[in-house]
Amino acid sequence: MATSELVQVDLPDKGLKARVTARRDWWWIPQALTFLGFSSFLIYGNWAAWQGNHYVYGPYLSPFYSPELWGNSPHAWFGPLPQWYPQFLPYSPALLILWIPGLFRLTCYYYRGAYYKAFWADPPGCTVAEPRKKFRGENSFPLIWQNIHRYFLFLSLGVLAILIYDAFQAFWFEVPAGLSGPAESHTEFGIGVGSLVLLTNCVLLSLYLLGCHSLRHLTGGRLDSLQRKPIRKTCYECVSGLNKRHMRWAWFSLFSVGFSDLYVRMCSMGIWTDMRLF
Amino acid sequence: MQFRIWRGDKSGGDFIPYETEVTEGMVVLDAVHQIQAESANDLAVRWNCKAGKCGSCSAEINGHPKLMCMTKLSDLPPDEPVKIEPMRSFPSIRDLVTDVSWNFRVKKQIKQFKPRKPDADDGTWRIQQGEVERVQEFRKCIECFLCQDVCHVLREHHLHDQFIGPRYLVYTASLEMHPLDTEDRLAELKQAHGIGFCNITKCCTSVCPEDITITDNAIIPLKERVVDEFYDPIVKIYRKLTSLVPGSKAQVRDSSG
Repeated sequence: MATSELVQVDLPDKGLKARVTARRDWWWIPQALTFLGFSSFLIYGNWAAWQGNHYVYGPYLSPFYSPELWGNSPHAWFGPLPQWYPQFLPYSPALLILWIPGLFRLTCYYYRGAYYKAFWADPPGCTVAEPRKKFRGENSFPLIWQNIHRYFLFLSLGVLAILIYDAFQAFWFEVPAGLSGPAESHTEFGIGVGSLVLLTNCVLLSLYLLGCHSLRHLTGGRLDSLQRKPIRKTCYECVSGLNKRHMRWAWFSLFSVGFSDLYVRMCSMGIWTDMRLF
Repeated sequence: MQFRIWRGDKSGGDFIPYETEVTEGMVVLDAVHQIQAESANDLAVRWNCKAGKCGSCSAEINGHPKLMCMTKLSDLPPDEPVKIEPMRSFPSIRDLVTDVSWNFRVKKQIKQFKPRKPDADDGTWRIQQGEVERVQEFRKCIECFLCQDVCHVLREHHLHDQFIGPRYLVYTASLEMHPLDTEDRLAELKQAHGIGFCNITKCCTSVCPEDITITDNAIIPLKERVVDEFYDPIVKIYRKLTSLVPGSKAQVRDSSG
């Protein structure tokens, strides 16, 4: 730390310092739920990402695998995996993409506060003693890299745009040739439960991403006055409105993205039946 | 109702049990005063307004940093003694009174408000309400120092010499985001005032009696400004390029500082 004119404070009351906490409420419940929630998602997400199959069902594409750059489904942008890809390396289309939303969430201001508490006990809870004495905060490697959160936001906004396109595609079902008139297969508008699942996922992801603290800064927070910038002011106020419930949207979107993959996977495996509503 | 109040000073102390009759509507500070009158005349407690506006009676009640005058006894579990102790982030003077003077020394280290040139010939400025709404939230602070008390950087790690704490990040935000202010405090924020120590666990926000959204509205926006200035590679390149333009803001800033 650079030269500081701040002064140390003498805190001699060791008797007061020694206890873990005087709190009597169940302060550990939120952290335990956070730990369980994040761990469950990490385990499922990793498992699903490495599978490399059952990520497509009809017009539905799992958000874990979108955009599918190389793959065997009709959703693949560049077709099958190229020959030059080393055969000994494992491959799943999700591995090329998931690091973007993964790092966005890892560096998200809400998630940082939550996992510092739940995974690092730093602190385990407010006014609860910590297991470690040394603390460097986000001043040095690796946590100093949290400061590039905005770049993962930019990349994630790109992924979100693709997921919105996927959700739109999820409303167009292929009709095989000869079933309803035309001799060639074609697509028709329809609504399946999966269409709504993917659409809901996009809405929740949008509410999460568009309430990001970095986006709030970039839309207007970095300026001291927005009075003469009405468009930026409106954007800043919209982002700020979403930002007030950033934690809620972070959790809802985490569940929805996991459930979307699960839904497509279950339908693809024939365990669940996708109901056609329209 | 039973109470356990910490009695002691710098050299040490202990929790002493007390019992007093309580009536409907009483707050913790009322009970402490009653105990003081009945059985502990020498009990030291700092208080002033009894209305949650002076920030004097900050203490820890059952482990929660709170204002004693705003904590109703009816909100506490009646079947166990109420534990009252001084704020742990500051040195004890006696009983429930702590030495919070460190905060005032910190405040002096923060660059003062430096307004732009007056807008009018009579030395006044023109500003609209909408421009100052954001910083007005920060002006609600009553300097109770509960946020400083709950912050684990100060409380657990005692980094008082490297980190100014949430209260003074809010204060810095109120100056830094003010539309009339021209001072630059970002270098100090990053270095001497240690904003990087904040790991945004929002404990400060949760204890603020004025409901200031400390983390989301003050600390994170300041962190983002520090990122702009010191960590964002593209902004750095952009600034480097624009600083080559004579008379640009970046050049003025570089040459002045």
